[in-house]
Amino acid sequence: MSQRLKIGAALLACAGGCAIADAALAHGFAGDRFFPATLQTDDPFVADEASLPTLTENPSDPTGGQSYAVEADIAKRLTSDFGLTAAYSWNYFQPKGAAPQYGVAGLTTGAQYQLFINEQHEFMGLLGVDVDWGHTGAVNHGGADDHTTVSPTFDFGKGFGDLPDSLLWLKPFAITGNIGASFPTRVDSDGDLNQESFNAGFAIEYSLEYLQHHVQDIGLTAPFDRMIPLVEITSTTPFNRGFNPDSGLTNRTGDGTTGIVAPGVIWAGQYSQIGAEALIPYGEGQGHGLGVLVQLHFFLDDLFPDSIGRPILGSGKLFGA
Amino acid sequence: MLTRFLGLLLLAGAVFCAGIPAACAHAFLDRADPAVGATVKTAPSMATLTFTEALEPDFSSITVEDGAGQRVDLGDAHTAADDTKRFSVGLKPLPPGSYKVRWRVTSVDTHKTSGSFSFTVAP
Repeated sequence: MSQRLKIGAALLACAGGCAIADAALAHGFAGDRFFPATLQTDDPFVADEASLPTLTENPSDPTGGQSYAVEADIAKRLTSDFGLTAAYSWNYFQPKGAAPQYGVAGLTTGAQYQLFINEQHEFMGLLGVDVDWGHTGAVNHGGADDHTTVSPTFDFGKGFGDLPDSLLWLKPFAITGNIGASFPTRVDSDGDLNQESFNAGFAIEYSLEYLQHHVQDIGLTAPFDRMIPLVEITSTTPFNRGFNPDSGLTNRTGDGTTGIVAPGVIWAGQYSQIGAEALIPYGEGQGHGLGVLVQLHFFLDDLFPDSIGRPILGSGKLFGA
Repeated sequence: MLTRFLGLLLLAGAVFCAGIPAACAHAFLDRADPAVGATVKTAPSMATLTFTEALEPDFSSITVEDGAGQRVDLGDAHTAADDTKRFSVGLKPLPPGSYKVRWRVTSVDTHKTSGSFSFTVAP
């Protein structure tokens, strides 16, 4: 068993042994609003949940190569407002006219702190920092990095249920998003510049659950009354920190903004949700065609409310009462 | 081959879902009487909300307010004897107008959820 697996097993065992007899707090709720776990962008709430698996068929790259990924993510609360995340993926790349390459990508971990939840205005905010650890995957075959990258983020969610009643049909709308930056800990890898970058992502959601159960009973029944159509948009813009063409480094990342537009739908049940999105790339040097992503997601706090679904250190807050 | 592999993974996930032991979860509102956003001709004597999970009535509440924010419920919120997912509160005689139902419930596994909706009495 690898060191990482040992740490993961120890964390799960610790979580499983800590059943705290206190009222559980709801994941992804701000007043009337239930925010689902989005597929492209980070969620604005701490939670006990697992995405297992996330299956991605990426759009073809500019040379016609095709790649796939299978990813597992887990998020675990230590307190009611502080949690940790971990993610690992396995990548498969089929270059055009060459042998395939595959292997695990690097480990990504995160720490998250719930800044606020405003129930009345269906508003929440979260500070987080993600770390993509270098040399934790197949650097040569799986696309893993040979360096560590640190990415602080601010995530938010806002529902529009507080709009006036004259705008009744707009109340089911919500937006979640995150802004952040990535800072590689090495300037270059094999002569290619590792760019610092500004990252942003947004999800525009129209919750049929909210419409049916909080605004207007229009007769929706299962499964439609638990569906949330959405569009996610992500972008990455390199800072281009002092790139000097005379330095001898290459800059394969380029200077322009790139990203994904991902229309799709999420169905959120009592214990799990399933989501699917089309992936449409944009920006210089991006591939062409459509990709697709499918994700199974489990609410651990609902599945295992007396064990790993509770905060390890109880339902208290990290700061304040 | 890869497509078959991905299909198998999804199937494994579905099997995992089916094998999960029965648990409790957050209580979502399933339906209401009067219905969410409804306009009714006859003033109801009771508001009844049916949730997706069984409730702890001692830690759950329903209030109903008129357009001026005055309570018009009788404060006797209770679950049905034969169905603890069904939660009701009696109402005072309601004149025509718009009313706001607010609920805050705790499911039997202690998860809390809340919500609100409006209905209108217009004979």
